[in-house]
Amino acid sequence: MWPNLPLFPARASSMAGHVDALYFALVAITAFFTILISALILYFALRYRKSRSPLATQVHGSTALELLWTAIPLGIVMIIFVWSSVIFFIQTRPPAGAMEIYVVGKQWMWKFQHTEGQREINELHVPAGRDVRMIMTSQDVIHSFYVPAFRIKADVLPGRYTSTWFHATEPGRYHLFCAQYCGTQHSGMIGEVVVMDPTQYDRWASGAVDGSLASAGEKSFQQYGCSMCHRADMAGRGPNLIGLFGRQVLLDDGRTITADESYVRESILNPGAKIVSGFKNIMPTFQGQLSEEEVIGLVAYVKALGNGSAGLPIPVSDPNSFNYPVAPKPETSAAKSDLPATPPAKAKPAKPAAKQ
Amino acid sequence: METATHPVEPKANYLNVDYTVKSWLLTTDHKRIALLFLGSITLFFFIGGFFAMLIRLNLLTPAGDLVLADTYNKLFTMHGIVMIFLFLIPSVPAVFGNFVLPMMIGAKDLAFPRLNLASWYIFMLGASFVLYAILTGGMDTGWTFYTPYATTYSNTNVITAALGVFIIGFSSIFTGLNFIVTVHRMRAPGMTWGRLPLFIWAHYATSVIMVLGTPVLAITLVLVALERAFHIGIFDARLGGDPLLFQHLFWFYSHPAVYIMILPSMGVISEVVACFARKRPFGYEFIAMSSVAIAVLGFLVWAHHMFVAGISIYAALIFSLLSFFVAIPSAVKVFNWTATLYKGSITLDTPMLYVFAFIGLFTIGGLTGLFLAAVGLDLHVHDTYFVVAHFHYIMVGGAVTGFLCALHFWWPKMTGKMYPESFARLSAVLVFLGFNLTFFPQFLLGYLGMPRRYHAYPPEFQVLNVLSTAGASILAVGFLLPMIYFVWSLQYGKDAGPNPFRAAGLEWMTPSPPPTFNFDETPVVTWEAYNYDEIDAPKKGVEVAG
Repeated sequence: MWPNLPLFPARASSMAGHVDALYFALVAITAFFTILISALILYFALRYRKSRSPLATQVHGSTALELLWTAIPLGIVMIIFVWSSVIFFIQTRPPAGAMEIYVVGKQWMWKFQHTEGQREINELHVPAGRDVRMIMTSQDVIHSFYVPAFRIKADVLPGRYTSTWFHATEPGRYHLFCAQYCGTQHSGMIGEVVVMDPTQYDRWASGAVDGSLASAGEKSFQQYGCSMCHRADMAGRGPNLIGLFGRQVLLDDGRTITADESYVRESILNPGAKIVSGFKNIMPTFQGQLSEEEVIGLVAYVKALGNGSAGLPIPVSDPNSFNYPVAPKPETSAAKSDLPATPPAKAKPAKPAAKQ
Repeated sequence: METATHPVEPKANYLNVDYTVKSWLLTTDHKRIALLFLGSITLFFFIGGFFAMLIRLNLLTPAGDLVLADTYNKLFTMHGIVMIFLFLIPSVPAVFGNFVLPMMIGAKDLAFPRLNLASWYIFMLGASFVLYAILTGGMDTGWTFYTPYATTYSNTNVITAALGVFIIGFSSIFTGLNFIVTVHRMRAPGMTWGRLPLFIWAHYATSVIMVLGTPVLAITLVLVALERAFHIGIFDARLGGDPLLFQHLFWFYSHPAVYIMILPSMGVISEVVACFARKRPFGYEFIAMSSVAIAVLGFLVWAHHMFVAGISIYAALIFSLLSFFVAIPSAVKVFNWTATLYKGSITLDTPMLYVFAFIGLFTIGGLTGLFLAAVGLDLHVHDTYFVVAHFHYIMVGGAVTGFLCALHFWWPKMTGKMYPESFARLSAVLVFLGFNLTFFPQFLLGYLGMPRRYHAYPPEFQVLNVLSTAGASILAVGFLLPMIYFVWSLQYGKDAGPNPFRAAGLEWMTPSPPPTFNFDETPVVTWEAYNYDEIDAPKKGVEVAG
């Protein structure tokens, strides 16, 4: 009947040790003060019970004691604050070079997309011993990505990207929970994180059949006519995207922002929000026309076009060609046939209102 | 030193002055309005408790076999809404604040008696909307109404319930306003601020929160209703809104609301611990000022409910720091109550047992709050059963225990009758044991990673859930027992006399039950608060009525 009675969760990430240490410190503090207060109450209740102490001695207070029991707790909580903040910095700042996995939460399932192209639902394969960053968004309500064995949790919101990261240490299978109430099957929005030996993981990841995530994004890039304006030769009506990702971008209102996932996403769905200096606000919105998965593919594609340091345009679809795949010349017939089918890039300006 | 009058047995009092239904429904007597509130919120407490019992029974099995997932979601939503808005927020202020606050400061009534009655009618109107929403299918958003779920995705009676809560807010605002004006304007001669009972200080601080915080909740609920009904983009990202905006607005009220629920109970504890230790509370000024400090700091910590919600790193750190600060005045209170026992003359009457339960449970509840304020640890325990356990230690272990403490302390004053002491002590012990068995396992469940609001769960969490349900059954007995013996006492209880506990305070210097205008003549206060040395002095000093 009782499978087992665990009192402590598995530890399977580099974070778990940090969080558990703070937890034990706080458990010790809690136990100390609870026992102290309880013992004092019981002692006083016995020592000064009416039969032994028929008349109370009035003691009105002691400023020294008040200062003492203000200062000591204050000192303790400040130590805890600094300690927990240090852990929080580790938790919220993914190391550079972490591999990336995209997550779309929806009522009531988790969808994962690996950059290599593997797609999964409610099961997430990750390698042990590598930093993994999750870039997450929701298709509907707020969800929360929670892996107790990793001691991490982050809400997954509609309309924006949030992220978290972990470094799994122990191969095994661990619970994945949705921690933010999301409707009927909230408690069914669960899955498993499968931590694999790195070589096993590489074998698993390379088994993708559909090509990489970025190549899927490239297809969308053609299909939705993005390539008409965002041309590689700098002659397009939109900014050239090669080498864009990770770079500082000067906007027409004078601000400078970093081109990260959220910026690329916003520029696709709400292009008027941040206009690159020197360009006009002419791009139509793609809000409501792209699924979250397609947006993720586009983000991955833009990312693959170079993160600024590479410099060279990297044709992600065709490793044999060094041409940025927007020019009409080297296009495959399939891509060509897409173009007439999707004139929206030009015809779009009239369309955005259709969204409502 | 002589005050008030010392009638032998009250002839006319606020209860027997008129027996008609009309005299109750149109009363402006703060004591009768307090009883109207007591009757209403007791009913709501048992409705909320019924939902809690169904939740616990459902969680006996990992598959959640008792009810369907949708039903379960409605149960925890209705449990939360009923317990928070229909019981905890009004509980101590609307019943005991209403009943004893004017008497404690030597006033005939609250400053605005008709506003006070309106406060009850508004409360009942709002409660009717909530009950109507429950009876016509319920709601499933959680008591937190998080968007965009509440505005776009839920198919339940969200607007009706939100409207009910919106209306109840006005009741809360009016009560708070009434208390503030009463404390400023209606104190008897000689009742200086430094002589106010700590119960008054706690209610004053609470009232400030009610008046300043509740309008924000009202605004937020209106915006939810607008978005839900007319698809105005405020919180839903697809309509151009921001779901985090909702959380900021909601918690700006709902975190201070925690202090609306706990501060009045803290005031009760300060009164009762003094009475049964026969001592002036240790560090009176520090207890009083810590109430004010909690009220102020309480407004500055709301975003600790949002550490995992996607707020910026630096916002999270600031709110973490401020949340740690709010722990300090609470700690000061606990130390001062404990120190009050030192060199006292202690008896363990039922109210005192509740004081001990309160201090112990509140200490655990407060200290586990540190786990959640510690942002690095919160990322793990946020939205798990750890949080559920923590806030039940504050809300049930603190606020409800304080309510029961107050009920046992002032029941003789309200009704003129004594309850059976042995049964009362038994129920206090049952509540304490049942409570701990219910909620302590939930701390372990939370750290193990069981998320809250789960209708079904992985099998390894079952043992702890079964323990919790077992505890809830004991707790239920502990709550039902007082219902029985309090009603019994109305008919068969011994006469209490004006001051059965020989307590200090003006409310004990008038008959039980008190006359309609509390005192036959306005008392003049010439002594400090909690003059237990004078009351207990063998010969000289104040002669206590009765």
